[in-house]
Amino acid sequence: MVLLNKKAVIILAGAVIGVTALILVRMGNPPNMGFCIACFLRDLTGGLGLQRSDTLQYIRPEIPGLVLGAFLASLFTREYRPLGGSSPLIRFVLAFFTMTGMLVFLGCPLRMLLRMAGGDLNALVGLFGLVAGVVLGIAFLRKGFSLGRATVLNRSNLYIFPAAAAALMVLLLARPAYFFFSQQGPASLHAPVYVSLAAGVLAGILAQRSRLCFVGGIRDFIIFRDLYLLYGFAAIFLTVLAGNLILGNFKIGFTGQPIAHSDGLWNFLGMALAGYGSVFLGGCPLRQLVSAAEGNTDSAVTVLGLAAGAAFAHNFGIAASAKGVPAEGKAAVLVGFAVIFLIALLNCKLALKKGVQAGGRTEGCAGSSVS
Amino acid sequence: MAEPKDARGLLCPEPLLIAKKEMERLVRGTFQVLVDTAAAMENISRLAGSLKWEVSVEQQGDEFLLTLKR
Repeated sequence: MVLLNKKAVIILAGAVIGVTALILVRMGNPPNMGFCIACFLRDLTGGLGLQRSDTLQYIRPEIPGLVLGAFLASLFTREYRPLGGSSPLIRFVLAFFTMTGMLVFLGCPLRMLLRMAGGDLNALVGLFGLVAGVVLGIAFLRKGFSLGRATVLNRSNLYIFPAAAAALMVLLLARPAYFFFSQQGPASLHAPVYVSLAAGVLAGILAQRSRLCFVGGIRDFIIFRDLYLLYGFAAIFLTVLAGNLILGNFKIGFTGQPIAHSDGLWNFLGMALAGYGSVFLGGCPLRQLVSAAEGNTDSAVTVLGLAAGAAFAHNFGIAASAKGVPAEGKAAVLVGFAVIFLIALLNCKLALKKGVQAGGRTEGCAGSSVS
Repeated sequence: MAEPKDARGLLCPEPLLIAKKEMERLVRGTFQVLVDTAAAMENISRLAGSLKWEVSVEQQGDEFLLTLKR
């Protein structure tokens, strides 16, 4: 295979996404939030009225743009596959708590990187947490954790997710009165619609081509010392760091960072929960959006789980804010660890040997069928 | 040759772990893995490269049959 070219592709993808993130912030997006899949899904749920935080409501065009970009790229390369049936409800729950963790930290792995590149040291604490969560998840993967096989579905499954993204874009442009648009707070800060849409489409194409995934990068490095996905990671970080230094946006420290809190323990645990859940889901929220756009309906259910998690987090005071992490948020993270731990146990070969079945498989997890 | 390892329908990193396990079991030899996404095909190819296994990919309709040799 053309692996050398692939390496160039992912470095290019990372650099372009980094520049795009800088442009988005320059043109109106919140600081250190050129892209944030978790934050944008949260704003999107707000825009649809699924959560009523009046500072967090906007249909972020980056999300439908990303989906449409990835969908078009998969059509062009014929990599689309209508797949589904790998424990969708479990994926929904995993995604729900993954989002809980990310909103206690205040960002997905992509924004974590952008925050680090802005000098926010709290995000570095988050990175340690993310790595710890991924390591914990891999321990279960090695014990044979599996959510079972997906099967090929009717082709019509392919179009639902991109069609929903297109519908969201149409509705955003039509601006019906029943959508919510924040007048103040983070969601009131946004680049012009077409800039955000174009940025999303571009990022979607690049992410589809390069398979960019932050959780996958850490995972592959731990499993087989592979750096491929981490090149994308590094390219985004270095590009945005350079951009922030040039534009004078770089400010190193723990306190006074934009849309961030400095409660180290919960920054760590929030991202650890996100990493733990994401490993079982097979990737970070960005990767889930791309995979859903390629026709994977399990990833589409995952995105719905992420959105539901965001809506609950803001309806029930779970999400953190610049002021800190509320008691409800801390409790939700602990509950999330307990739930994901239980799911992990129940879907491992060890549990399957004792008679628990998953996904119609009787021979156990993926690992056992080859041993 | 033995039946190919079936990694179809599995999301990352499961196809990768299946291939890795087989490489560790065989140490030397030849085996095949069947996957149905380009991402899994690329992942296993990278794994093979890093563990010094030769890999060839044959596209069969929507699926990829990888042959790994060492």
